[in-house]
Amino acid sequence: MNVPEIFESMDYGPAPESAADALAWLVDGGDRFGHFIDGAMTGPGAGFVSKNPATGEVLATLSQATQADIDAAVAAARAAQPKWARLSGHQRARYLYALARLVQKHSRLLAVLETLDNGKPIRESRDIDVPLVARHFYYHAGMAQLMDAELPDREPLGVCGQIIPWNFPLLMLAWKIAPAIACGNTVVLKPAEYTSLSALLFADLCREAGLPRGVINIVTGDGAVGEMIVNHPDIDKIAFTGSTSVGRRIREATAGSGKSLTLELGGKSPYIVFDDADIDSAIEGLVDAIWFNQGQVCCAGSRLLVQEGIADRFYEKLKRRMDGLRIGDPLDKCIDIGALVDPVQLSMVAGLVKSSRGEIYQPGTALPETGCYYPPTLITGLSQADRLMQEEIFGPVLVGTTFRTPAEAVELANNTRYGLAASVWSENINLALDVAPKLAAGVVWVNATNLFDAAAGFGGVRESGFGREGGWEGLLAYTRTRRKTRALKPAPANDGTGDVVGGLDRTAKLYIGGKQARPDGGYSLPVFSRQGKLIGHRSVANRKDIRNAVEAAGKAAGWARTTGHLRAQILYYIAENLSARTDEFAQRLHDMSGRPARSAKAEVEASISRLFTYAAWADKYDGAAKGVPLRGIALAMNEPVGTIGMLCPDEAPLLGLISVMAPAIAMGNRAVIVASEPFALAATDFYQVLDTSDVPGGVVNILTGSHAELAPTLAGHLDVDAVWSFSSADVSGVIEREAAGNLKRTWVNHGRSRDWDGADGEGRDFLAAATEVKTIWVPYGE
Amino acid sequence: MSIDSRTSTQPARADTKGSQLPQVAEPRNPGMALDLDWVMSAQANTSAIERRTATLPGRRSVKKAYQAAWLLKAITLIDLTTLSGDDTPGRVRRLCAKGLQPVRADLLEAMGMAAITTGAICVYHDMVETAVAALSGSGVPVAAVSTGFPAGLSPFHLRVAEIGESVKAGAAEIDIVISRRHVLTGNWTALYDEMRAFRAACGDAHVKAILATGELGSLRNVARASLVCMMAGADFIKTSTGKESVNATLPVSLVMIRALRDYHDRTGYRIGYKPAGGISRAKDALTYLALVKDELGNRWLQPDLFRFGASSLLGDIERQLEHHVTGRYSAGYRHPAG
Repeated sequence: MNVPEIFESMDYGPAPESAADALAWLVDGGDRFGHFIDGAMTGPGAGFVSKNPATGEVLATLSQATQADIDAAVAAARAAQPKWARLSGHQRARYLYALARLVQKHSRLLAVLETLDNGKPIRESRDIDVPLVARHFYYHAGMAQLMDAELPDREPLGVCGQIIPWNFPLLMLAWKIAPAIACGNTVVLKPAEYTSLSALLFADLCREAGLPRGVINIVTGDGAVGEMIVNHPDIDKIAFTGSTSVGRRIREATAGSGKSLTLELGGKSPYIVFDDADIDSAIEGLVDAIWFNQGQVCCAGSRLLVQEGIADRFYEKLKRRMDGLRIGDPLDKCIDIGALVDPVQLSMVAGLVKSSRGEIYQPGTALPETGCYYPPTLITGLSQADRLMQEEIFGPVLVGTTFRTPAEAVELANNTRYGLAASVWSENINLALDVAPKLAAGVVWVNATNLFDAAAGFGGVRESGFGREGGWEGLLAYTRTRRKTRALKPAPANDGTGDVVGGLDRTAKLYIGGKQARPDGGYSLPVFSRQGKLIGHRSVANRKDIRNAVEAAGKAAGWARTTGHLRAQILYYIAENLSARTDEFAQRLHDMSGRPARSAKAEVEASISRLFTYAAWADKYDGAAKGVPLRGIALAMNEPVGTIGMLCPDEAPLLGLISVMAPAIAMGNRAVIVASEPFALAATDFYQVLDTSDVPGGVVNILTGSHAELAPTLAGHLDVDAVWSFSSADVSGVIEREAAGNLKRTWVNHGRSRDWDGADGEGRDFLAAATEVKTIWVPYGE
Repeated sequence: MSIDSRTSTQPARADTKGSQLPQVAEPRNPGMALDLDWVMSAQANTSAIERRTATLPGRRSVKKAYQAAWLLKAITLIDLTTLSGDDTPGRVRRLCAKGLQPVRADLLEAMGMAAITTGAICVYHDMVETAVAALSGSGVPVAAVSTGFPAGLSPFHLRVAEIGESVKAGAAEIDIVISRRHVLTGNWTALYDEMRAFRAACGDAHVKAILATGELGSLRNVARASLVCMMAGADFIKTSTGKESVNATLPVSLVMIRALRDYHDRTGYRIGYKPAGGISRAKDALTYLALVKDELGNRWLQPDLFRFGASSLLGDIERQLEHHVTGRYSAGYRHPAG
C-alpha cells in the first residue's frame, strides 16, 4: 500500500525483525550441532532436526545424546565439581557476572534465535525472556558472592541433572543453571528437543566467559536422553520443569536413589475477578495471562473465575479485546500471538477445544496460511465438572465460569489438583489480601499476572510440584546442611518372657482426632523391657487407622489459621506438662532401652528444650519482603504444608517424636505420627500429655505399628501433603515412590542417621520442611 | 475518510464551518442525567494501567510507508496551539498559515499525498478573531481556551460569559477548564452542573472539557471526572491545559479512553479525546495513535474524535517525514516555522 492508502486505512503494516544474524550463527555452526561436554562441542552425531514452527523450515540438525555422551557429560561434571566448589564465592560470582554481561551483549541474537526456534513473539523474547535471563545471572552472581558469609553451614549437592521445557528455553536454562553453579554445583542440562538452539548458543557464552570446563554441560535429545540423566547413578540431584505426568515418572524413577529432586510442573491457575475490580485492567491482564507465549506457560491464568454480577459485561469486553489481538509472524514487532511450538501441540490444543461442550469464542482474525497458529479462544458456560476446567490445555485457550462470594471464589479456585499460581483482581485491599493466602498456590499476583523476578521464589504446591526457584528459598534446592551421618541399623524390639512388671494394666491405644482409639484391626503386641519383662502392649495400626487419622487431621485445618503466639503457648504448655512427668518418662525410656537412668532423663530434658525451641520459633520464622524491580512488594510468606505424615526415629523414642512433631505444629501443620515401632510406649504415654495441654483434636495424631506396613499407605494417601521418615526401617524408597501419586513433598533419611541430641536435631531444616513459601506480588500505586 | 454508516443518517447541523467538525459524522452527545452509581463504580488500577502503557511501545510498531502515513495522519489531528502572554495578531497569523500548510509541498508530493491541514488552531479569546480571519474559507476551525483558562478560578458568571464572547468571535470549539476542587472534594453534582452550564453557553460550538488531570490526585478521579463531564454533555474530554506540572501521559490517556469507550457502549454517543501538553516527539504521537486504535478502533483516528494539543510536535514530525522521503536525517531549519 502507498502512503495515501495507508493514510486512509491506518493499518499497522509489517514490522519485521531481521533474522540474518541468528541464521548466520547457525551457518557458522555448520547447521549441525553436537553436545557441549567438558568445555567443548562434540562432533555432531545422529539426531533430529529443529524446525521453525512459524514456517516449518529446518533450522539445524541436532544430535541425540547416547549413553556414552551422558556418561562423558556426568564424568566431566563430576571431575569439575570439587574444584568449582572450592573456589571462593567471589570467584564463582565473577563467572556468573560474566555470563550476565554476555547475555546482555548478545541479547538480540539470543532473542531472535529463541523466537525462530520456539515461535514466541520477538517482543516477548526481547523484552521479557532475555532480560530475565540476564537478571537471573546477576542475582545469582550476588548469591555466589554472599554464600560463604550467609550460608556457612550449607554445602553444594554435587552434580545436578537438569531437564527443561520448550516454552521458555533460555529462561528455564537460566533458572536452573544460575542457582546451581552459584552454590558450587556442576551441571548436566538437557534442553527440550524442540528448542535446543539458545542453549547451544549459551554454550558459546560459557566458553567466552572462560568458565572452567565441565562446570556446565549441555546435551541434546528427546525424552530418552532425559531418562538417562534421571537414572544416572552418579548424579546427585534432578531438577525438572515440565509436565506433571513426566514429573510423576521422574519421582518414581528416582525413588530410593538418594537423589535430591525438585519439580516444577503443570497448572490450571485461577484468574479471579471480583466485581469491584478495575475491569478493563483485569481484561488487559488476561492478555498477559493466557495469551502470553500462546498460553504455553505453566502458570498461565487459564481458568477465569468472574463474579456473577459482572460476568456478561466482562465476557463482552473480553471478546472485543480478543478481536484486537494480532496473530502472525513471531519475528514481527507488532504481533501479540505467534506460533505454537510444534504441530503436535497444535493438534492437541485443537482437539481439546473441539471436545468441549462449552460456548466457544474465537475472533475472526485471519491466521497465517502455514505454520502452527491457533486463535485466541474463550470457552464460557463451563462448570467445575467439565474436563477443560480441570485439565491443563497449554495453549491460548481460556476457560471461564462464575462465582457468587469470595468464599466460593476460593473454593472453586482450590478445587484442582494443581497449585502453581493465581491472580486476584479487586480494588479492595481487605478482600485481596484475605483471599491471597487462602489460595492453594505457590505464587499469587494481586491485580497483576505473570510477574517474575530472580529475587522472588517461584514454584508450586500439590501436583504442580515442589521446590522453589529464585530468592534465598531457591538455594535450598541446590545446597544441603553440612553434617555427619552414619548408616542406621534396624532397631529390633526387645524379646521377653511375658512376666508382668506389676501394677494395674494400662492399655496403650492410638490417638486420633484428640481421642484414644482402639486399633481398627483389634490386634496388640507386647512390649518388653530391655531385661525381657512385659511392660505393656502397643496397638497395631493398619491402613484404616491411617485413613482415620488423616481424616481427623483434615478436620483440624483451623490450626493453620491460628496465630503463632497461640501455637507457642500450646507448645510451652506441652513442655510444662511433660516436665511435670519427667521421672515417669525417664523411667519408661530406661525400661525400654536399658539406657542408664541419667541418659534417659537427659532425653526427657532435651525433649522439653526442643518444645521450647519450636515454641520460640512459632512466631519468629518470618517471611520476607523481596526486593523486586517494581513499585510494590513481593511477599514471601511461610505457610504450613498441611497434613504431614511422619515416621519417627527409633534412636530417641521420645526426643525423636518431639523433634518432628514440634516444628510441624509450630508452623501450623497437622501431624499424623507413626511412633518408633519397637519403643512405642513413650509415644502413647505422650498423648496423655497432649490431652492435658490444650492441643486441639486432630492436630497431632499418634499411631503405633509396623513402619514397613504403614509407610506405603501414608505416603500414598492423596490427602497427605508431605511425608517425613527418620525410621530405621528401610522405607525411604517406598515412600518416595508412593509419594508420586499426588506428588507430595518427602523428607526421608535414606537409612542415614541424624544426631537428635545435637544441632542436627532441630532448626531451620525442620522449619523449611514444615512450610511452603508462597510469593504474593502486590504492585501498588495510586 | 471512513464515516460510520450507522450514524451518518443522523441529521447534521446546518452551520458547520468545516469538514473536520465533529457533528458531520456523529450525532452530538446530548448528555444525560448524572448517574452517580456509574460514576462511583469506576475504578482505575494505577499499576496495571502503567504496565499496559509501558509495554505498548514494545507491542506496536509502524515502519516505513506506514510510519509516514501515520505521521501525516497525526498532523491532521493536531490542534496547533499558541497560548502565550506575548501572542500578537502577527504571531497568530503565522501559526494559522502553518496550520494550513503544515508540511512542505515537495515532501507531500514525494509521498503522493494531497494537501493536508492541522485539525484546528487553538488560541486565547483575544486572538480568536484574528485566527478566524486568517483561516477563512479553509474549513480549519478555531478553538478558544476559555472559562478562566488555565486555573478556572475567575467568577463563575464571567467564565460562562467568556464562552459566549468567544463563540460570538467565531470560535467553533471551546476548550473549557473544570473546577478541580469539585473533583478533589468529590462534589460530582457541582462538577456536573458546571459542565452543563458551560455546554449550554457553547451553543452550537463544540466543547472540550479540560480535566487538568495532573491536578486531580488519582487516576480513579480522572475516570470519574471523565464520566461526569460526558454525562453533562462534553463533546471532547481533554487531559490538560499544558500549564500543569504534569500534562498528557499515556496512563491518563488510557483511563480517559476507557471511560469514553464505556460511555459509547452505554449511550451510543462517541466522545472525542484530546491529550494535550508534553507530546513533542513523532514517536510519542505514534504510540498515542496505537493506543487509540487498539482501545477504540480506527473510527477514533479522525479529527472529529481525536486531537493532539501540541505546539512543537509538528516540527519533529516534519523532520521524520523528510527522513522518510530522502533517507537522510533532517534539520529543523529546513522546515518553515509556525
